[in-house]
Amino acid sequence: MTAQEIRLCGLLLREHFGEVVEKVGKHLLGGGAQTLRGIAHETGLPLDLVKKTLCVLVQHGACSFTAGRKGPGSPAEYWACCDRILRILRYPRYIYTAKTLYGDTGELLTEELLQRGHMTMSGLVKTVADRLTQNMEEGHSVDYSEVSSTFSKFVETRFLQRCPPPVRAAQTGGGAQAAPGAAPAAPTGAAMLAPESFPDCYEVPRVTLVGRGKRQLAPEDGEEQRSAKRAKMDPETHGDEGIYWQVNFERFHQHFRDQAIISAVANKLDQTSSEIVRTILRMSEVTTSPAATCTKPLSANEIFRSLPASYNISRPTLDQYLTLLADDPMEFVGKAGESGGGMFVVNLHRALANLARATLESIVQERFGSRSARIFRLLLRKRHLEQKQVEDFAMIPAKEAKDMLYTLLSQNLVQLQEIPKTPDFAPSRTFYLYTVNQLPTARMLLQNCYKTVANLIERRLFESKESKRLLEKSQRIEAILASLQASGAEPEQLTEVEEMITAPEKQQLDVLRLHVNKLDSAENQVDETIFLLESYISSTAAAPT
Amino acid sequence: MAGKGRGVAFTFNIEALGIGRGSMPEARVGPSPLFPTIEFKPVPLKAGEDEDYMLALKQEMRGTMQRLPHNIKTPTNKAEVEKYTERYLKLKQIEDEDWTPDWNLFPKELMPQTKKRQVKKGTKKKTVKISPKDATEVLNKLDELAKTDDGNPEKSDDETEKKPGNEDGEEIEEEEYEEEDIEEENDYIESYFDNGEDFDAGSDDNMDGEATY
Repeated sequence: MTAQEIRLCGLLLREHFGEVVEKVGKHLLGGGAQTLRGIAHETGLPLDLVKKTLCVLVQHGACSFTAGRKGPGSPAEYWACCDRILRILRYPRYIYTAKTLYGDTGELLTEELLQRGHMTMSGLVKTVADRLTQNMEEGHSVDYSEVSSTFSKFVETRFLQRCPPPVRAAQTGGGAQAAPGAAPAAPTGAAMLAPESFPDCYEVPRVTLVGRGKRQLAPEDGEEQRSAKRAKMDPETHGDEGIYWQVNFERFHQHFRDQAIISAVANKLDQTSSEIVRTILRMSEVTTSPAATCTKPLSANEIFRSLPASYNISRPTLDQYLTLLADDPMEFVGKAGESGGGMFVVNLHRALANLARATLESIVQERFGSRSARIFRLLLRKRHLEQKQVEDFAMIPAKEAKDMLYTLLSQNLVQLQEIPKTPDFAPSRTFYLYTVNQLPTARMLLQNCYKTVANLIERRLFESKESKRLLEKSQRIEAILASLQASGAEPEQLTEVEEMITAPEKQQLDVLRLHVNKLDSAENQVDETIFLLESYISSTAAAPT
Repeated sequence: MAGKGRGVAFTFNIEALGIGRGSMPEARVGPSPLFPTIEFKPVPLKAGEDEDYMLALKQEMRGTMQRLPHNIKTPTNKAEVEKYTERYLKLKQIEDEDWTPDWNLFPKELMPQTKKRQVKKGTKKKTVKISPKDATEVLNKLDELAKTDDGNPEKSDDETEKKPGNEDGEEIEEEEYEEEDIEEENDYIESYFDNGEDFDAGSDDNMDGEATY
């Protein structure tokens, strides 16, 4: 965990769970695994508050715990999962993806689940059905079974998974499993088991749910309040108590990665080739493990048969496209054999590396101009170059080239390697080679991205703090307006209330709204870069070459 | 040779590196500015339906999360002026939204403590109940011992006499431990308070005895 990551995590926690959670979360992030007493003592917070905070963190998967790591009977230790907290930044994208895949029901399922951390299927289905009904016209409602079937589809495609069962039982049997010699910073005990390691991870339980979404009677009550009340009100069992579901972020990331590859192909070549790549990826979605370097080989025949008829691609055209894709220097698609009309794979990791490289190049281009980007690309391609060679190959006047090169060097985008001819490192007898290391550069830029997002959030908080009074006022007036409208007030009354906000105030509010929207949007879009760089870095970690 | 090297700090020809006299980059003075002027304007944000929708989702998510019980409010901030309506709203929210997690998934220690307090059991369980009379006896004995001990440390300045004095100290230490046990048993006995001062004096002496060791 770097300082940037901790700062960003803190801000995200503050925004979504309040300042107390931020304090505890940051403490956990900075200090590694700790016991309840230790946290309470060092943060100086009341014990009850710390307990509540830890509950919230555990509920959202932002914090894990293991009991008896230091021998049986020792108190449970808690540690925060930095990666999981950073996922909060990507919530809008998960929800939007769910919407594009499964419509409004999918959107609400994901949204509710993300808001609550984890839920039982029956609880989730009920809440979503109620919310859907709420948005429909009077007299319509959604059947629970419809939502249930969407839920099942979600689980089938592995976008949702069961939470791993509580680890307490497993822990008592083999406390020694939790490797007492392991570094305390990474307590990878039995608690860290991946959800996939449980056989019924994607098994939908039998749930007896009959009925339809209910419309609440008093519309001014908040959505959440009502659902919470309802949960309390019906104590009937549905047969899935104790089985909790969570969003499978890995699966979503896989989907994002595939989409990125498809759109890259579409940009580089054309729509048709991207559809072919999409077909290959879809066919291997289930057969390929998430960490695989490339998809399972598929023959041209198989691909042809799986192509949707609407694309209108004939067999010879497909062959031509496949050869074209395999010959492309971006190497998205590779040829794995000749049998069956040619076996083809999608090089997932290679594609990620290429996408990351393109990202680095474009970052250099946008920050330092296209000529600096030319030097950067040159170094990426030729690996090691002397200063003189850089000037010559880039075809940039020596003085400017030096300036750009040194700027890149000072920004750590370019590295300098000294190779002495004699062991005394005399400058006259030393080669100075400039080079670009893609992986460390990507890591550095990822940290920059985290910093950027943290700065954006900080700025947004500042902006809204500056005009807090104004915001509160407008909120109050909106509330008054809504209640007046509900009670059927005269139009004059309404305009009178509306005029309580003066023109300059209104202008100020508009400006604020514009700024906040821009900052929020920027956060979303920086996250796309973060996703790409993160996947690239994790892909290199998975495949040591 | 001499004429050439004059005024140049390097022992070699800088020109060989490709750095001419005029082409050296300017030296940097001090840290770079906090908000440097940007040479290249940032690219505008992507705009479109997707982005707008995600923006709306993000803001909605933030709003909802802040209203959920998972968002823990800071206990009190008295600094700010509290409005009556605010207080009313907050109370309502807190009452409506009570969130009870499934305790099977959480460590037991995180469960909020209910008000009933466990009856504090005695720190040490003693089978024998010492009568007040016994206690006074023991304390009297201790007093005696303390008096004898008073003399001891003064004598023990000598190297040769150190040993017996030391033993005495040890004895008294043992006595003291005994005394501690008894003290806990007899917390509520009046006689204890009568003799407390004496006991203290004894322990002080005991300290002296230790110091000579």
